[in-house]
Amino acid sequence: MPGKGLIVRQRSLIAITAALAAGALTLTACGSRDNGKSSDSGSGGGTTVTIGVDAPLTGDLSALGLGIKNSVDLAAKTANKQNYVKGVTFKIEALDDQAQPSSGQQNASKLVADNGVLGVVGPLNSSVAESMQKVFDDAKLVEVSPANTNPALTQGPDWQKTKARTYKSYFRTATTDAIQGPFAAQYVYNDSKKKKVFVIDDKKTYGAGLAATFTEEFKKLGGTVVGTEHINPDTKDFSAVATKVKNSGAEVVYYGGEYPQAGPLSKQIKATGAKVPVVGGDGIFDPTFIKLAGANSTGDLATSVGAPVEQLPSAKEFVANYKEAGYKEEYAAYGGYSYDSAWAIIEAVKKVVEDNGGKLPSDARAKVTAAMQNVSFDGVTGKVSFDEFGDATNKQLTVYAVENGAWKPVKSGTYTG
Amino acid sequence: MNELPQQLVNGLLLGAMYGLVAIGYTMVYGIVQLINFAHGEIFMTGAFGALTVYAYVLPDGTSMWVALPLMLIGAVLVAVVVAVGAERFAYRPLRNAPRLAPLITAIGLSLALQQAVWAWYPEAKSARTFPQIDGGPFHLGNVTIQTGDIFLLAAAPISMAVLAYFVMKTRTGRGMQATAQDPDTAKLMGVNTDRIIVIAFALGAVFAAVGGVAYGLKYGQVDFRMGFILGLKAFTAAVLGGIGNIYGAMIGGVVLGIAETLATAYIADLPGMEKFGSQSWADVWAFVLLILVLLLRPQGLLGERVADRA
Repeated sequence: MPGKGLIVRQRSLIAITAALAAGALTLTACGSRDNGKSSDSGSGGGTTVTIGVDAPLTGDLSALGLGIKNSVDLAAKTANKQNYVKGVTFKIEALDDQAQPSSGQQNASKLVADNGVLGVVGPLNSSVAESMQKVFDDAKLVEVSPANTNPALTQGPDWQKTKARTYKSYFRTATTDAIQGPFAAQYVYNDSKKKKVFVIDDKKTYGAGLAATFTEEFKKLGGTVVGTEHINPDTKDFSAVATKVKNSGAEVVYYGGEYPQAGPLSKQIKATGAKVPVVGGDGIFDPTFIKLAGANSTGDLATSVGAPVEQLPSAKEFVANYKEAGYKEEYAAYGGYSYDSAWAIIEAVKKVVEDNGGKLPSDARAKVTAAMQNVSFDGVTGKVSFDEFGDATNKQLTVYAVENGAWKPVKSGTYTG
Repeated sequence: MNELPQQLVNGLLLGAMYGLVAIGYTMVYGIVQLINFAHGEIFMTGAFGALTVYAYVLPDGTSMWVALPLMLIGAVLVAVVVAVGAERFAYRPLRNAPRLAPLITAIGLSLALQQAVWAWYPEAKSARTFPQIDGGPFHLGNVTIQTGDIFLLAAAPISMAVLAYFVMKTRTGRGMQATAQDPDTAKLMGVNTDRIIVIAFALGAVFAAVGGVAYGLKYGQVDFRMGFILGLKAFTAAVLGGIGNIYGAMIGGVVLGIAETLATAYIADLPGMEKFGSQSWADVWAFVLLILVLLLRPQGLLGERVADRA
C-alpha cells in the first residue's frame, strides 16, 4: 500500500520537524532572554544593534581577518559618533572561524541565536561562507562578505550555464572569480606577453575556482597550460612542485590560493633557479606574501578587487580614521570592503528604522535583509550597491606587482567578456 | 631535463627533517612506551627559541655565522626546558596510570603549547620570518642545493653519529639501553631510571631543536602550527623505521620524505593516474607505503631491536 507508507513517512517527518522546531525555539528563547537583559540596560540611550563579524582572527590568515574586524568596528564607531541612525547604537560581536567551515557554521548559529544581531560581515573564505549561508538564510539574517569571490555563492553551482540565486540573505562587496581569473589571464597574456603557464591551486573552494576561471580564459586567448598541480595547504615544503615547474618550461605560474602557501611556494620556485613570476588573486595580495616569499618575489603579480584603496579619494577619510583609531593591525586587503559591508548593514538598518517611525520593527531581520537589496551609497571603495544575485555592482579590479618589497598597483580596469 | 636527481635531493632534505624530529618520538617510546604527541610542539618551541635569540637578544645585523651557533643554543635551551618540564609536570605524575592517560595528556599539552606561543609570543599570530644564510644556491650538475639546506645536510648525519656514540659508548647511554630493556631490573642494578627518562626527553628535544632551526633556515618562516603536521609525519617516520629504534627513525624519515616527493613528481605521469598525482595526494601515497611496510614487516623497516632501542 504505497499510500499508507507515504502517510507514515510524512507523519514521522512532521514529528522530526516538530522536534527540531521545538529545539530551535528553545534555543532562540534562551538567546532572546540573554539579549533582553543587555538591551534593557541600554534602553536609556535607545536600541543597541549588533553587527556580527566572522573572520579568521587567529592562524595563518589572521592578518586579513583582524583587518576585517577592525574595519567593521570603525564603521560602527563612526555611525555612533555621527548618530547616523537616530536612537540606534551599533556594536560589534566578532567571532573567530579559524578559516574552518565547521567553526564558521558554529559561529553562524551563535550569531543567529543572539536577537540583537541584525547583520553579519564576513566571512573571509568562500569555503566557510558555504557552510554559513543556509544558517543565516533560515533566520533571514543578512550576511555581507567583504572577501568571498567564489561565483557559486551567489549565482548557484551551475553559474556557468544557468545563474540562479541560492540565498536571498547573502550579499558581497567583493568581485567574483568569474571576473578576477579571466582579468588576470588577459593581463598575463596581453600585457606581460607570457604564453606558457603552470597552474597550481590548493583544492579549496576559492583557489580551485580561481584557477579554473583563469585557465579557461588563458586557453581561449591562445596560451598553453604546460602543467597543473594541486598542493597540500598543510605543508610548507613545495620543493617537489617547484622542481616540476622549473622543468616544465613555464614562463609564468598561476596560483589559486592564499598567501600562507603562496609565499613559500614563490620562494621555493625562485630558489630552483627558475625565473618565473607567480601570479595570484586577492588571496595573495597581502604584505605577508612578500615577507614570506622573500627578496626574489619582485615581479610577482596579484589581482585584487576594486581600485587601490590608498588612491581613491573616497578612501582618504577611511585611511585617516583608521590610523587615528589606533588599531594594532593593518586594515589589510579587505579593510575598505569590510567598512563598506558594515556600512551597507548600517544603511539598511537606517532605512528600516526610518520606515517604522524611528523604532526597530519586530521582524527587523527580514526587513533589513529586504532593505539590503536596494542599498546604494558612496563607500570607501566607490559606489556600493548589489545586483539581482547579491553581487557587488562595482566590478573593478587592479593588477598589483611586487616592487621594492611592496605591492604597487600596475593596472586597473574592468573585465569585459 | 632529467629531474630525478633533484627530486631525490628534495626528498632527502624533507626526510632528514622528519628524521630529526622522529628521533624524539622513538627515544621516548623506547624507554617509557609513551607516544609523546607534544613532541611536534617541542620542535616548534625550539624554532621560536632560535628566533628569540636572533630577534631579541643579538644586536641587529649580526652575521649569521656568529648568530647561528647562538641560535642553536637558544633553540636547544628552550626545547629542553619545555620537554623536561612536560616530563616532570605532565607525564611523571601519570607514570603508573593506564597507558591512555599520558597519551591524552600529550595531545592536550600539544594544543596548550601551540596556544601559548600564539597568545604570548610577539606577532606570532601569523608566520614570522626566520633569518636566512646569505649566499647563492650551490649547483652539483643539475642539482640545486639551497644555502639553508646545507645546515640540514650537515646537522642530520652529525647528530646521528653523536647520538649513536652516546647511546653505545657512554655510561648514561648504556643506562638508557638497560632502562629500555627492563626498567625494573635496571633500577635494581642501580640505574637511576627517573634521570634516564629525563635524559631521553631532553635528548629528543635537542634533536627537535636542531630540526626546528633547520626548518626555519629551509623555509624562511616559523609559525605556531608548524609542529603539528610535521610532528605527525615524524611519528609516521618513526613507525615506518621501527619505533624504538634510533637508526630506524632516521631511515624512516628519509624513506617517507623521498616517497612523498617522488609521488608528487611522478605519479601524475603514469597512465590514468593524473588525478591522483598532485601534491595533495602525496600524503595518501606516503600512508599507502606505510601500510604496505607494516603489512610485510609489522616491526618497521629496521625493526624494534630491543637491545639497541634507547
